[in-house]
Amino acid sequence: MENSRRRFLKNAGFSILGVGAGSMLIGLSAHTSKAVSPDAGQRPQFSMGDKAMEAERWGMVVDTRKLNDSICRKMQEACHSIHNVPEPVGESAQRDQIIKWIWPTEFQHAFPSQEVEFLAEDAAHRPVVVLCNHCDNPPCVRACPTRATFKRERDGIVMMDFHRCIGCRFCMAACPFGARSFNFRDPRPDIEDENPDFPTRMRGVVEKCNFCAERLAVGKKPACVEASDGALTFGDLNDPDSDVRKLLAEKYAIRRKPNLGTFPSVFYIV
Amino acid sequence: MNDKNKIITGLVIFFLVVLFPFWFNLIFGAADASTAPEPELTEKAEKAETCVAETEHMRTEHMQILDQWRDTVVRDGQRIYVAENGKEYDPSLSNTCMDCHSNKEKFCDRCHNYASVNPYCWDCHTYPEETE
Repeated sequence: MENSRRRFLKNAGFSILGVGAGSMLIGLSAHTSKAVSPDAGQRPQFSMGDKAMEAERWGMVVDTRKLNDSICRKMQEACHSIHNVPEPVGESAQRDQIIKWIWPTEFQHAFPSQEVEFLAEDAAHRPVVVLCNHCDNPPCVRACPTRATFKRERDGIVMMDFHRCIGCRFCMAACPFGARSFNFRDPRPDIEDENPDFPTRMRGVVEKCNFCAERLAVGKKPACVEASDGALTFGDLNDPDSDVRKLLAEKYAIRRKPNLGTFPSVFYIV
Repeated sequence: MNDKNKIITGLVIFFLVVLFPFWFNLIFGAADASTAPEPELTEKAEKAETCVAETEHMRTEHMQILDQWRDTVVRDGQRIYVAENGKEYDPSLSNTCMDCHSNKEKFCDRCHNYASVNPYCWDCHTYPEETE
């Protein structure tokens, strides 16, 4: 009896050894045959390209004194048309389901913490254009459970990866500026002229301004800046010689809800 | 072994039932199901001769390449792809892939339908409408 147990253990040990050695040999032979295969040429590589505009922290200065309704409309049209933002009409146009990346609002709504008792007449009625602030300390990024919203460390843009968004809308609750919109329904039927160069979204994802990251990559300024007739200035906030920093050094500018500590990258000259 | 006949009959019936999908397919489904469809190339794709990688590689790995493109473009912001053959490409499904392979129905869908995979690319990305 004792003898047979001993034999069993011995056999089992040799079998394990044999299987292990065999699989190792197979693995080795597969490895060598792969290395020999004619996989010529260098491995594929990615790069930024020469045309890309780069900065440490992209920022924007909005000169509200130069804004009027027609410029605001022009900027919104420029942005929404190239980014395939749906403009629902008729029945589907419910006010709480509108999708917007950039839109005009009033002074007291843009700056609720700026308590001005006797606001100048022209400031009170002038439109203020608002968009995602691309905060330096973005609360939406911390709220996102899938990291679909993230801050690009290279240039400070708060971006969305629509592939990853699960539509939980935590980011919308976290954003104090209401810069995010949710696709309650398939946006495609509400897009008039689809821009084939930019994807649309699907039902159930959140979207917002991306500071035209896809345009910066080919050396173009954001679409709203180009359409703004000089009301918007775009540049690197970390570069003291940039247009935005020069403007900020000259003019007094405020940011939206500074007391929340999100450090917006969009400044307003009022 | 008194029930030899019963047992053998039972076994035959059992295996016939268990192997139903195989023999059914062999006899009745051979014409359409067992031959894989060939994706059709457009004139432009044929003229280009090579895709961003060799055909065999593209056939088996195009989904991994697309995933890698997606992540690198969206998350790292790198929008130039230098392929193995040294050529530069814009890593974009709608603008690069669909530029040559503009026949989605005959290029993408054929195999995807055959393999019963439903990639959700087209929920958001656009493809050229087939004009014919």
